[in-house]
Amino acid sequence: MDRRRFLAGAAVATMVTTVLPCGPASATPEAMAAAIAKVVGNAPVREGRVSLDLPPLVENGNTVPLVVSVESPMTEADYIKAIHVFNEKNPQPDVFSVRLGPRNGRAVVGTRIKLGDSQKIVAIAETSGGQFWSASADVIVTLAACLEEAT
Amino acid sequence: MVNVLINAPKTAKRGSIVEIKALILHPMETGFRPGANGRIIPRNIIERFTATWNGTGIFDMEMSPAIAANPFVSFFAVANESGTIGLRWTGDEGFVVEERIGIAVE
Repeated sequence: MDRRRFLAGAAVATMVTTVLPCGPASATPEAMAAAIAKVVGNAPVREGRVSLDLPPLVENGNTVPLVVSVESPMTEADYIKAIHVFNEKNPQPDVFSVRLGPRNGRAVVGTRIKLGDSQKIVAIAETSGGQFWSASADVIVTLAACLEEAT
Repeated sequence: MVNVLINAPKTAKRGSIVEIKALILHPMETGFRPGANGRIIPRNIIERFTATWNGTGIFDMEMSPAIAANPFVSFFAVANESGTIGLRWTGDEGFVVEERIGIAVE
């Protein structure tokens, strides 16, 4: 195969990877907004205090390391009581929710997630005083999760 | 057979913040994937992971199918007293696993 044909083939392969849906249904930015509204209600969500660490370019969407850290003294008077993470293009908008308290000392949670497509990830933290803070990150995924058949 | 890996310090200074990391073997089958016969494989995930320190809840995580297979979680806790850290995973198909580790606080 010459170089030109190889590149054309690679381009088609990339398109197929990004176009194939992950399962029958897919969340949308609207579904993510609805999932977020379920958590925050009518309260305002401000950007800041939260940092969302995950690689900007992911080769394998099946396992993507993610760390959410929130600035907080984590004292009885002022702590982060919950962290929620959402996505916009997996089949469901929820990724995880954690409940925290002063006993954690640091409002930091790490895990590994699946990404069905290139998309935006949003993390929202709720303070003990009922305020919401958020951060978002865009991730490009070259090999999406859940496309392969199970063996 | 269940395999769990837990990484946490065995000793800690009173009042210090320790990191607890846990990994459990589990397929985290999403319920959105067709199997070899073309039918959707039923969902089988861990839904909840909780941690206690001497029986007091310190961490509570709700998981979704978007958590990668063999879920890994890391979090922090203030070491206030010697005792036992308990970790518990529950999920679909009656999945329940509990593990305990000891920590000495000086």
